[in-house]
Amino acid sequence: MTGTSVSRVQGRFRGDVGTLDLDFAIDVPAQGITAIFGPSGCGKTTVLRCAAGLRHMNGNFSVAGDVWQDDAGGVFRRPHERSVGYVFQEPSLFPHLSVRGNLLYGWNRSVRKGQRATLEFEDVVDLMGLNTLLQRDPANLSGGERQRVAVGRALLAQPELLLMDEPLAGLDARAKEEILPYVEMLHRSLSVPVLYVSHDLREVARLADSMIVMEDGRSVGHGPVAEVLERLGLDRSEDDSEAGVVLDVTVASHDDELHLTRLDHHGKQIVVPRAALQVGDVARLRVRARDVALATKKPALLSFRNVLRGRVVETVEHRRSAFADVLVDVGGGRLRARITRDAMNELDLGRGRLVYALVKGISLDRPAVGRPSGRAGAT
Amino acid sequence: MTSVADAASLWSAIWLTLELAACSTAILLLVGTPLGWWLCRTRVWWKEVAASIVALPLVMPPTVLGFYLLLFLGRDGPGGWFAGLAGARTLAFSFEGIVLGSVIYSLPFVVQPIRNAFEAMGDRPLEVAATLGARPWDSFWSVAVPLARPGLVTATVLGFAHTIGEFGVVLMIGGNIPGETKVLSIAVYELVETLQWRQAHWLSGGMLAFSFAVILSMLLLQKRTGRRA
Repeated sequence: MTGTSVSRVQGRFRGDVGTLDLDFAIDVPAQGITAIFGPSGCGKTTVLRCAAGLRHMNGNFSVAGDVWQDDAGGVFRRPHERSVGYVFQEPSLFPHLSVRGNLLYGWNRSVRKGQRATLEFEDVVDLMGLNTLLQRDPANLSGGERQRVAVGRALLAQPELLLMDEPLAGLDARAKEEILPYVEMLHRSLSVPVLYVSHDLREVARLADSMIVMEDGRSVGHGPVAEVLERLGLDRSEDDSEAGVVLDVTVASHDDELHLTRLDHHGKQIVVPRAALQVGDVARLRVRARDVALATKKPALLSFRNVLRGRVVETVEHRRSAFADVLVDVGGGRLRARITRDAMNELDLGRGRLVYALVKGISLDRPAVGRPSGRAGAT
Repeated sequence: MTSVADAASLWSAIWLTLELAACSTAILLLVGTPLGWWLCRTRVWWKEVAASIVALPLVMPPTVLGFYLLLFLGRDGPGGWFAGLAGARTLAFSFEGIVLGSVIYSLPFVVQPIRNAFEAMGDRPLEVAATLGARPWDSFWSVAVPLARPGLVTATVLGFAHTIGEFGVVLMIGGNIPGETKVLSIAVYELVETLQWRQAHWLSGGMLAFSFAVILSMLLLQKRTGRRA
């Protein structure tokens, strides 16, 4: 391998996984959450297992300049020789140990290796909200609680890289909502880079900074989440109701009388129902393509509160369906609108056309549930 | 009409049997645990061949096993050579000899539950342990053994009880030497042969009760650990 960067996670894995011919290259910053997104069976989990050393495929892998695998140089570190944290889809807690025993398992071993603790036991316990669970038996925890313990356990092993394999996939909607804020907090209060495998676009949009789109064992697109999302699936005709974009916004003000929150996006105002955020907080909006309508004249007398002026940058017709996607630059960010091809033709929506984007549904993704408390809240 | 001598010989048989079972069980666990682990983890093609050899005593008549052991342990076999090192003529008709016989005879009863327990555990706990920085030897002791505990308990109980119940192998290679190889099952046989029904009743009844207690406690134990897991 030539030139490993101290600030990046880099690697490439090649080989056959069943009928899949996997050839996956990764080169992402060694910070923040990078989502590996793709349908089931595209090889996401295999990539993660290779990164952890649980599986040996041809290739190389390095984390922040530290070479974990380099087949050309005859380097392959086994899992216990890598500073890695792995959160499996199933929490996989040790049933013979208490919650505390589980948390201490990796911690003790990293201390024994003389590793400097960057994460203190109490801090991780606080961060993941495990204080009241320490003496419990894993068998008596809810699914969400178990997964929180699993994340805490992985963190306490002092990883240089945290790997998360669809940690929310096995949970029901309520447990998901319960655990997401913890993952978000983890993201904002820790510096450890995370590779986060998911096939859920909402999760990716909410949590990740950058993403890699994976299909049939290959990376077919990568970059910051906002950029990748706005183009995701543009070349496909199948209906993807979750397609959309994310916009980073700042909380500008609240209107307690009307129960609204005003958000600022590059000087444009977006209004949403009162959010549990404080003025100045940074949040992430997700706008699905199917929730955006377009008009060529400024509409009046309208119940839509969020009408953003912009210019069409690209149109994509989905040949075998009734729909087309239109990318609109609203100054700073882009919106994606899914409209019928018929409407596109009638409105003559070409590149550069001035349009008004009418936004119906917005989900405010981060931080969705309150403000993180205590130390974790310091930004 | 039990004489003092009879009682002493009875107690000697009981004591010898317990000693034999304890020694055999200890060796069985020492040999059976790594063997069960190996059978569970290895990918060599002849793994089931090895498993079959271990399981042979399940189907082989004990007398056949005893016959081969006799040849093996006797003066002209490797056992005799070993015995020569210790200044004896043969390993047959000795306590060490019947311990070896018992170990081989009870091996499948110990290896099978241990192997099953390791297999039921799956790879995941070991993978978790590895990503948490545990070396293979460390994760074996800190994760695999505790998780396989129900299987290890079953193996211990079965190995112990099965050794107590064996007859054919001991008869073939041990003979009937009081204080050396005369264990309970042999004693019962001898009592019946010599028409001492009363003592035979006592001994047989005792062994029946013991066997029942062992099996019952094992089932109850499994139920408890099964509920916890």
